[in-house]
Amino acid sequence: MDVVLLSRLQFAVTVFFHFIFVPLTLGLSIMLAVMETMYVRTGDEMYKRMVKFWGKLFLINFTLGVVTGITLEFQFGTNWSRYSEYVGDIFGSLLAIEATAAFFLESTFLAVWWFGWDRVSKKMHCFAIWMVAFASNLSALWIIIANGFMQNPVGYVIRNGRAELDDFFAVVTNPYAMGQYPHTVIASWMLAGFFVMGVSAWHLLRKNEEPFFRRSFRHGATFAIIFAVAVTISGHHQGNVVAELQPAKLAAMESHWETMKGAPMNLLVMPDEENEGNAVEALGVPNALSILAFNDPGAEVKGLRDFPKEDRPPVLITFLSFRVMVGLGTLFLLLAGLSWLWRDRIQEKPLLLKGLIYAIPLPYLAIMFGWAVAEVGRQPWIVYNMMRTSDAVSPVDASSVLVSIIAFTVIYSGLGVLDIYLLRKYAQKGPKKA
Amino acid sequence: MFLETTWFVLWGVLWAVYFILDGFDLGLGTLLPFMAKNETEKRTMYNAAAPFWDGNEVWLITAGGVTFAAFPKAYAVMFSALYAPLLLLLFALIFRAVSFEFRNKIQSEAWRKVWDGFLFLGSFVPALLLGVAFANLFQGIPIDGEGVYHGNLFKLLNPYGLLGGVLFVLMFCLHGALWLGVKSSGAFHERALRVAAGIWPYFLAAAVAFLAATAVYTDLYANYLAIPPLMILIILAVVSLFTTRLFISSGSAFIAWVSNAVTILSCTLFGVVGMFPRLIPSNMEDIFSVTIYNGASSPLTLKIMLGVALTFVPIVIFYQAWVYMVFSFKITDADLATDEAY
Ligand code: HDD
Ligand code: HEM
Ligand code: HEM
Repeated sequence: MDVVLLSRLQFAVTVFFHFIFVPLTLGLSIMLAVMETMYVRTGDEMYKRMVKFWGKLFLINFTLGVVTGITLEFQFGTNWSRYSEYVGDIFGSLLAIEATAAFFLESTFLAVWWFGWDRVSKKMHCFAIWMVAFASNLSALWIIIANGFMQNPVGYVIRNGRAELDDFFAVVTNPYAMGQYPHTVIASWMLAGFFVMGVSAWHLLRKNEEPFFRRSFRHGATFAIIFAVAVTISGHHQGNVVAELQPAKLAAMESHWETMKGAPMNLLVMPDEENEGNAVEALGVPNALSILAFNDPGAEVKGLRDFPKEDRPPVLITFLSFRVMVGLGTLFLLLAGLSWLWRDRIQEKPLLLKGLIYAIPLPYLAIMFGWAVAEVGRQPWIVYNMMRTSDAVSPVDASSVLVSIIAFTVIYSGLGVLDIYLLRKYAQKGPKKA
Repeated sequence: MFLETTWFVLWGVLWAVYFILDGFDLGLGTLLPFMAKNETEKRTMYNAAAPFWDGNEVWLITAGGVTFAAFPKAYAVMFSALYAPLLLLLFALIFRAVSFEFRNKIQSEAWRKVWDGFLFLGSFVPALLLGVAFANLFQGIPIDGEGVYHGNLFKLLNPYGLLGGVLFVLMFCLHGALWLGVKSSGAFHERALRVAAGIWPYFLAAAVAFLAATAVYTDLYANYLAIPPLMILIILAVVSLFTTRLFISSGSAFIAWVSNAVTILSCTLFGVVGMFPRLIPSNMEDIFSVTIYNGASSPLTLKIMLGVALTFVPIVIFYQAWVYMVFSFKITDADLATDEAY
């Protein structure tokens, strides 16, 4: 296997792994901050127990987010050194800003919060968890601005044989990132809602600590329903952004081959990349694709055949990933809607409770598939229309990368399994007795 | 050249701050199997580092990030050339972090033993590798004009590189023992200071050997001969090394720790200043070296990043100093009995 393929594989493995743990951090930190604020305001001890119980799960999850993040920070240098040299002027500064502005804040205040129950005042303690929530969501902003530059490079000039910064403001207000950021953090907040609902459901079915988990469930359900709606809206908006700025990705997402006006959306499709078309294409909804992409039933949607072969992303993965994400999104609306409607008598709905336990992994899957759309759909470019992935790789030999992928896979899987085991163990153990 | 030079200095300072802060965590982890005689002592060592290690590690991330932002070519060449050692370092740091979090989560002797082992490896290996890596940078690494590395992991394990590794391990162990002195009380506190005093002569010997070997294996002294006032760094390193010993004798663990921090700072800057203007000297041809002239970002990026650094780094230092104050108390049995303690 060649270095490019191996490096892509390694990046995919490590970043997917990072992103198993990141979304819960982004969402649960906010829920914890809300719970602790309630505690400070009302003095109700149950809120304090909630913060401690969900906080423990938060911390177990957080650790793996941290360790997998560090590898990513250095991987642009180890595996994508040509890329790093070419766009480092812009991309590198975004990563550096993320670290100085966000990671310090997050890690430092996390310690204050976790170890500081008896060491700082109640208010300061509550402030600390707000800082953690703020900082982790801020870190997501900077990394997505960095990713946005790869998706839609702006604010640069090619000078001295590389991309140099020309307009910092344009880089940080990149419309691509401004669409990606809300969609990603909202998806993560929704995920946290489902996580809290799922764990609470497990206990409610067993009648453990009922008032505690009923209240937790209500928090989770509120989060889930608000953000399940919001993730669909922001996703639609992101679809518009993609249609405008990365037409090849949009065509691949829908496996849309012919350029046409008033393009339909086919519910049943089986792409056939060999023959530049679809093997199966049925149940078309007239004009739906034009509406989805441009909010205009008559708009023209460019088809894949109008892109040179070497500029087309892998269609099947992009297409399937998009379908699964959207399908899951619909399911989340349903599940979150029912949970919220029935939040006060949820214990009379054992079937829904059971379903919610099994639904815990689904938002994770939706997020993974969403990133597969974004990253695989960007291929063959590492920076859209500017640098090809194959030109970006480090001059290291394939065997080193092969060894490191194997090491990453083995170590990450081992630690991941242990971490999830501990999460489960502590989730099932329930809160400390009052 | 002002911007580039400023960033070069900041770059060196960031690495030094990382070594000062994470140095004591790495030292504590390295000392763990040799110092802790029972579970309480082990947990005291874990909890002496617990509130700090993550915040300290972010200095590494920032040092990496700043290298990327200010000197993208140095970032690209350094980490692809040092592919194997860097990944080894990362794996070790991964295990270290996880040991903190996992160890106390399952009540089983065997489980704890496993993570004690990983904490040791996850602390010792980074200390050693960082020393080896920096010593190799000081003497230059075989990179060609394309930034391609012509060597392997074993080429880094040359005498000078290994000496650098030993120096770092001793320096960090001393630093860790002193921090343990700050955080513990009673007999364990006394023992921590005795261990620090025991490490000190070896550290002194390694430092002297390293300074001498530097004259043989590297051209770091050229800058000092050109601008003699810079020698102040070497003097500072030597003086602080001796004051550390004095403060150990007088039983002031914290002041001794600060004094050792000055040693770490001046040792790191000694090497960095010697390398100037090169970030990654090539020992194949000097023109292949990555320098502040051929490796820096555009002036606009350097300016913006300078603004960012001058705004945020003081703020970071402010709140991290506050956190060190909040958590500098001596660990008691009551602290170890809380739910949150590791
Ligand atoms: C719980 C997760 C979740 C759910 C239910 C959805 N999404 Fe999503 N989607 C993501 C989680 C996500 C994500 C993981 O967060 C991505 C990856 C990159 C990004 O910006 O967000 C993403 C990417 C992404 C992209 C590609 C963005 C790019 O290339 O940068 C589009 C067009 C959509 N989404 C559209 C939708 C639509 C129309 C949805 C309707 C239901 C939807 N998403 C539901
Ligand atoms: C937000 C910051 C991110 C940045 C800067 C980033 C950057 C990169 C880079 C440099 C590559 C390798 C080159 C390439 O194959 O194009 C890559 C590929 C990839 N990334 Fe990302 N990524 C980010 C987020 C994510 C996330 C969160 C995921 C998934 C959860 C993801 C999934 C992938 C996948 C699957 C590939 C391989 C695609 C392919 O090569 O076909 N990325 N990304
Ligand atoms: C591929 C590019 C990425 C890089 C280089 C990267 C880098 C890092 C690093 C170095 C850390 C450790 C911080 C610490 O020690 O406290 C980290 C953690 C984190 N990252 Fe990433 N990250 C990437 C992708 C993402 C994305 C796409 C997001 C969010 C949308 C994200 C959000 C976070 C968060 C919230 C944390 C906090 C720790 C945790 O996960 O629990 N990262 N990341």
